Amino acid sequence: MDVLFLPELGQFALILALVMAVVQALLPMIGSFTRQPLWLAYAQPAVWAQFTLLTISFLMLTASFLLDDFSVAYVAANSNSALPWYYKMSAVWGAHEGSLLLWLWILAGWTFAVSLSRGLPVEILARVLSVLGFVSIGMMLFVVFTSNPFDRFLPRIPADGADLNPLLQDPGLIFHPPLLYMGYVGFAVTFAFALAALWTGQLDSAWARWSRPWTTTAWAFLTSGIALGSWWAYYELGWGGWWFWDPVENASLMPWLTGTALMHSLAVTEKRGVFKSWTLLLAIATFSLSLVGFFLVRSGVLNSVHAFANDPDRGFFLLVLLAVTVGVSLLVYAIRVPNFKARVSYSLISKDVFLLANNILLVVACITVLLGTLYPLVLDALGKGKISVGPPYFNALFVPQMLLLGVFMGLGPLTDWKAMQWQKLRKKLWLSAAITLVLGFALLPWVYDGQWSIWVALGLTLFFWVMTTSLRDIWEASRGKQGWKGITRSRWGMFWGHVGAALIVLGVTMVSNYGEERDVRMAVGETVVVKGYQFTMTELTHREGPNFIADRAIVEVRNSQGRLISTLTPEKRLYVVRGMPMTQVAIDWGLLKDIYVAMGEELSEDAWAMRVHYKPFVRWLWLGAFIASLGGILAISDRRYRMRVASVPVNAGKTE
Amino acid sequence: MTPKRKQKLLLISLMLGALSLAIGLTLYALSANINLFYSPTQIAQGEAPQDREIRAGGMVVEGSVERDPNSLKVRFAVTDFAEEVWITYDKILPDLFREGQGVVAVGRLNAAGELVASQVVARHDENYMPPEVAEALKAAGQMPDHSPFQRPAAEQQY
Repeated sequence: MDVLFLPELGQFALILALVMAVVQALLPMIGSFTRQPLWLAYAQPAVWAQFTLLTISFLMLTASFLLDDFSVAYVAANSNSALPWYYKMSAVWGAHEGSLLLWLWILAGWTFAVSLSRGLPVEILARVLSVLGFVSIGMMLFVVFTSNPFDRFLPRIPADGADLNPLLQDPGLIFHPPLLYMGYVGFAVTFAFALAALWTGQLDSAWARWSRPWTTTAWAFLTSGIALGSWWAYYELGWGGWWFWDPVENASLMPWLTGTALMHSLAVTEKRGVFKSWTLLLAIATFSLSLVGFFLVRSGVLNSVHAFANDPDRGFFLLVLLAVTVGVSLLVYAIRVPNFKARVSYSLISKDVFLLANNILLVVACITVLLGTLYPLVLDALGKGKISVGPPYFNALFVPQMLLLGVFMGLGPLTDWKAMQWQKLRKKLWLSAAITLVLGFALLPWVYDGQWSIWVALGLTLFFWVMTTSLRDIWEASRGKQGWKGITRSRWGMFWGHVGAALIVLGVTMVSNYGEERDVRMAVGETVVVKGYQFTMTELTHREGPNFIADRAIVEVRNSQGRLISTLTPEKRLYVVRGMPMTQVAIDWGLLKDIYVAMGEELSEDAWAMRVHYKPFVRWLWLGAFIASLGGILAISDRRYRMRVASVPVNAGKTE
Repeated sequence: MTPKRKQKLLLISLMLGALSLAIGLTLYALSANINLFYSPTQIAQGEAPQDREIRAGGMVVEGSVERDPNSLKVRFAVTDFAEEVWITYDKILPDLFREGQGVVAVGRLNAAGELVASQVVARHDENYMPPEVAEALKAAGQMPDHSPFQRPAAEQQY
């Protein structure tokens, strides 16, 4: 049967793609040293070939999944003939090997997109593509030598697959990893731009303008990927939490923090020609942190919900890859960065300084998270005992840092570049400050449950401060000649980005302070009251799904007046192939509150231990993240990124 | 001082200030929030402190799980096959909690030497044994030969 050869075809395509990556990395590099335009010109076709080949490879793996080819070890380990087709498709990236192939394919896709960008001088484009080629080579060697998804399992072909991990049998799997990888890998493009700048020694505002849309796009993907992951964890794991300070969550948060800093620092570099070396360092750090996350997840040093089954060879290979990437890029940085001194002055009250403060806070926050994540690993490696660093550590440090960051988030947009008089700034700020203090700090914290608490007050203060200053900024922008129509898309992008952040703060504040979680014993016919709501279990039934059997409870929820507001049907499923139990929660969701019921354990014939959660405003934190991502997309659609601008340093004369 | 120097000074002092504040807070927070792992043997020998949160774990002893009929209270023993320690818990046990499987609990020891747990963890994976537990078993010389988590790779998958 022809079908049987698909995996080999995929493997050949993968190896050919590796060869193309070598061409893409080396020829432009040699061309740039020998000044041969022809060699530089090899970069683009090599990219196209690599992308095509990886697409073929990826399709072949997908086809093997859809056709239930259990002779492929990876398919046999992660699929089953009873799995619905859409989970067969997303099972492609449901475990280590396949998700690596997705990673590579996305990298090739990004590279392809860069190769199509117009207005980029060929000598810079070729260098950017060359750097991306090197990244691709490293990762592809890793796949081919340690994690080949096309490995056969011969001659004893299993009759059926071991099934996809039930936790992953959810629409969340379809979107969460691709979005996240789009973010991680997207930062490789900024990284490549940074190395190309170091390589050519040319770093002007044109360079910053090329880098910005790529960075912002990657950031938007990463933001929505993280938010989606948080949402998925909330309804899938059955614990009702939305952030656990799990090492792997931290691994995604770290590049997000430096990436956010990078986005802002690039703005300064473009507009003012300063912070150049800082921007470059951030670009290197952000991609390196993406790789650190990659290492943490796949090397086996962590144990978490996310960790893949792994072996030490992979960990070692990744560590070497990480060391080479960080080592080489920092070496190049150290040698070349003295070329990028800027002689531009700015005063204490200026957008430049406030953005710098924002950058420092974000980087400090990143270091805090890094320390908390790596400390247990380091101690363990030194044989000093097994410790764990809990959420209180992260909360105690991260929350104050974010509060401080919020102050600058309000100040930044309203301040002028270079210098601004305090009196002028004060005029713009007083109304926001007054509204914030009166509503956010003093009045509104009383509303929800009649008690003032400092954490609610601080959270709401932050929310109002960022909202009112953002509104003020967009209102000022609308006072130009063309009114509201004259506001650029990047301005709107910033507005929605900041509004999204404010909404996240609102959601986090409300759900952390007013949420209620109770584990209760619930028997058929009994009523339990949580936060004024009456929960009555009316029935316990069974249900059979396509690849699982389930105990299902029917729970009626009534409000304090006794009116029925919803009927929830949580389930406890047993996925038969793996014999693995899963909690399927039931949520009555709303903008103001979620009511969340999950089945815990069976206590007797007619009684179960149940988790009942009341989560006010929890949706706002994901909504805020998606709004912020959309803000990012809006910003990159700004016309000025599409205009062909010759690479003339705007700040010529200011640069040495 | 030239404006440029002033700027640099400002920049450097800002960074140093933020950094030292961050390091100070970090060390404080770390020291207050670290949970050390103790094996049942270590607890039996009195090595574990009583006044702070610790983690403890091992295999859940077969037949040791006792439930209170009217509430969620549950009591069970974990072992490293050398010593046992009792754990009490009044919340919902994780899906993968089972007799004979490895678990890790976070909590405080009471005067009777029982661990009053605030959290019990078992991973969402059939082949899982918490690494701390695996090591505690090895230390006690009781690592089972044919434990599910040590199956050879090929067998592990099918």
